[in-house]
Amino acid sequence: MHMADALISPVVGGIMLAATVGVASYSIKKIQNDMDEKKIPLMGVMGAFIFAAQMINFSIPGTGSSGHLGGGMILAILLGPYAGFLTMASILLIQALFFGDGGLLAYGCNVFNLGFYTCFIAYPLIYKWVTRKGVTSKRIFGASMSSAVIGLQMGAISVVLETVLSGKTELPFGTFVLMMQPIHLAIGLVEGFVTATIVTFIWRSRPEIIEKAATLEPLGNISIKRVLTSILIAVVVIGGALSWFASSNPDGLEWSLEKTSGNAKIKTPDGIHKTLLLIQNKTAFLPKYDFRPKVGENKEELAAQAKNSGPTINGGKSVSGIVGGILTLALTAFTGFSISVFKRKKRKVNA
Amino acid sequence: MSHHKLEVRNLHFSYPDGYVAVKNISFTIHHGESVGIIGANGAGKSTLLMLLMGVIFPDNGEVLVGDVIVTKKTLPMIRQRLGMVFQNPDDQLFMTTVYDDVAFGPRNYKLSEKDVEGRVAKALELVGIAHLKDRAPFKLSGGEKRSAAIATILAMQPDVLIMDEPTSALDPKSRRRVMSLLKSFEHTKIITSHDLDMMFETCKRIIVIKEGEVAADGTTAEILTNVELLERCGLELPLSFQNCPICGASKK
Amino acid sequence: MTNVINSLYNMRLLDDLARKETSIHKLHPLVKLITTVVYLSVVVSFGRYEIGSLLPFVFYPMLIIVLAELPATPILKRILLVEPLIIGIGILNPLFDQHTVLFFGMVISRGWVTFLSIFIKCGLTVAASILLIATTGMERLAIALRMIKIPKIFVLQLLLTYRYITVLIEEIYGMTRAYSLRSPGQKGIHIRVWGSFAGQLILRTFDRAQWVYQSMSLRGFTGEYNTGDVPKVKFKDIVYLVAWSLFFIIARIFNIPMLIGLLVTGVIK
Repeated sequence: MHMADALISPVVGGIMLAATVGVASYSIKKIQNDMDEKKIPLMGVMGAFIFAAQMINFSIPGTGSSGHLGGGMILAILLGPYAGFLTMASILLIQALFFGDGGLLAYGCNVFNLGFYTCFIAYPLIYKWVTRKGVTSKRIFGASMSSAVIGLQMGAISVVLETVLSGKTELPFGTFVLMMQPIHLAIGLVEGFVTATIVTFIWRSRPEIIEKAATLEPLGNISIKRVLTSILIAVVVIGGALSWFASSNPDGLEWSLEKTSGNAKIKTPDGIHKTLLLIQNKTAFLPKYDFRPKVGENKEELAAQAKNSGPTINGGKSVSGIVGGILTLALTAFTGFSISVFKRKKRKVNA
Repeated sequence: MSHHKLEVRNLHFSYPDGYVAVKNISFTIHHGESVGIIGANGAGKSTLLMLLMGVIFPDNGEVLVGDVIVTKKTLPMIRQRLGMVFQNPDDQLFMTTVYDDVAFGPRNYKLSEKDVEGRVAKALELVGIAHLKDRAPFKLSGGEKRSAAIATILAMQPDVLIMDEPTSALDPKSRRRVMSLLKSFEHTKIITSHDLDMMFETCKRIIVIKEGEVAADGTTAEILTNVELLERCGLELPLSFQNCPICGASKK
Repeated sequence: MTNVINSLYNMRLLDDLARKETSIHKLHPLVKLITTVVYLSVVVSFGRYEIGSLLPFVFYPMLIIVLAELPATPILKRILLVEPLIIGIGILNPLFDQHTVLFFGMVISRGWVTFLSIFIKCGLTVAASILLIATTGMERLAIALRMIKIPKIFVLQLLLTYRYITVLIEEIYGMTRAYSLRSPGQKGIHIRVWGSFAGQLILRTFDRAQWVYQSMSLRGFTGEYNTGDVPKVKFKDIVYLVAWSLFFIIARIFNIPMLIGLLVTGVIK
């Protein structure tokens, strides 16, 4: 479920990064206030544990794909939501840096998708609610399963939204959702099961760990109403910001609209598009569209237009473009080669 | 000098599950002494060490460092005087380079970075691993890890060094190196170990713990040759004494 | 379990590479971080139909690999390992994008264009991330993070996580090896044992955390992470950052391969 940089636009990445930083700062403040600096090494070692556990892939029968543990729920249950969120953040940072598993610009998205929904929504609203009257192994099982499944579903939808709004793939919203949700349902079931097993084991042998994590976080005192209100506000703010930017990405949204609602003719007025192009030319941060809008027209017009507009899709397809491309690569390779030769010679001289 | 004395009076400790680990232990260790604490597994040695360091607090009795009783309040000051090296160096080397690990303690004392550098260099020099200062801990051998762990404590310049099984799992050369290191330290030393031969060379005094109590407290020469005492406490003669052609002592 | 060990080797390799002393390694970590972020942002800002204008951006990873004397093969391998996910998503593009474009007179689905674009972007971005860690290393990156005011608690926890990943993986490896030696004919760990296996591991993890905490507090830790001084940003660091940023921006605004191509074909004509 880790999103790569290539699939997001800087705007989406930036917004999610801001959201993640916000939640993280809040978590850090919370930890500093009511901790117990004992938590810090625990966060570190648990982070290493989940990191290692994430490397173990299990195959999902029937789909031919594989999944791995997210770990957000386990972290939330054993460390509390704030510490759990921060631990998730460090795991994902190390994965992004060392394995390219999840991009650096997509870091905000990934932390949010894998950490926020599990630690701040599924954990307090589902897990704690199911175990509010006390912890029994049945309740642990039910709570873990439901919170893991729902937390993962939310994360998966988040991924779809972020991808579609970034406008980097042609995948329409509906199809994407149909792909993602069932797979993550299966993963969620496995994760719920694993979470339940581990938590039950710990509860049986060292119940104080679970109790400690549960009592330390004060969400039990805050009313559900307040939590839901703040979530609602966050959704409106984030959603509003995203949709404003999305409107300057006509393609992605139009495509999803077209596919899901069958509404075929959403044309972008030329004037607005020209202005947008102008803006995009000046800044590097809005996705660039270098061709005339053709979205939503029927096939024949398209073919004709393809012939007319010819091979001017960003010049990458014209002869000059191709020659230029090859030359650029050749120049790059040549530079690299000569530098390494030069270095080797220098080493021989110095040695 | 009384402020370098470590005293334990009527110490009593039991774990939450009721198991009494330490029953009425008393002894005094003076400045510069090197004391070995031996006993069978489960006799209470590790618990005793943790009580000394203030990791856990006794149900009865007290630990005095200098003339200060070890309590939660006096911990920061006590821990400046006492340095403890654990059995498992991986638990003690938690930073990503040896330098940062050794510097961790001095930095927590808010020393200037220059002073920190000085202390780290000195500590690494003392244990002989100055060339490893930028190494990552997972790249060190067992002996090097041990030395690094010792360096982390030395950098804090404690008066008393407490060590839990310093030579366990070391190859002969590393073991020899740690032993000469220990012999060269002028700090007050408290060492627990199963390596009785090492104890014989490094410690002048031995305290034998059996079932949470002090079974014997005397000079190394007296205790480590006392076959009957050692066997009673679940131990044996040091290997180098066994099958002795002179006194005929042998292991049964 | 082999992919677990492979990942461990990968991390160790990158950790080793990060300790080299080339000119790139000696650059200030914050500058390298910022340059990487600028690079990623610019690459990612390209529209989904752009391919040619992306090509000059290969220059950055190539130059870093050469100047920092990094082995290209493991890095390329890493990139290729990440690509399948991208391919998985991207391969559907030709199916979904029913628009067509002309390519040398052939009409192909525009989806192939987006697919290739994503493929290239993925390679570039993953390369940039890995090169960042391979030339900087975790400690120095932590310094950079502190300089941008990321709270020390988080940085400390990040470093601890990193430190104990090796330890934990080795433990897992040891446990699974012991298990497999006593369960001939079984592939992987039986589902029934899974729970206690993982549970034991977690308990050991908790115990270890206790010990680490003891070590830390015995050495004066009270919740604050006291760190050393941060290195100063030098002139050549600034030059590095500005030069690359200019290059990225110019390559973003102008389609360099196109220009080169036009030049060459114009000259030939």
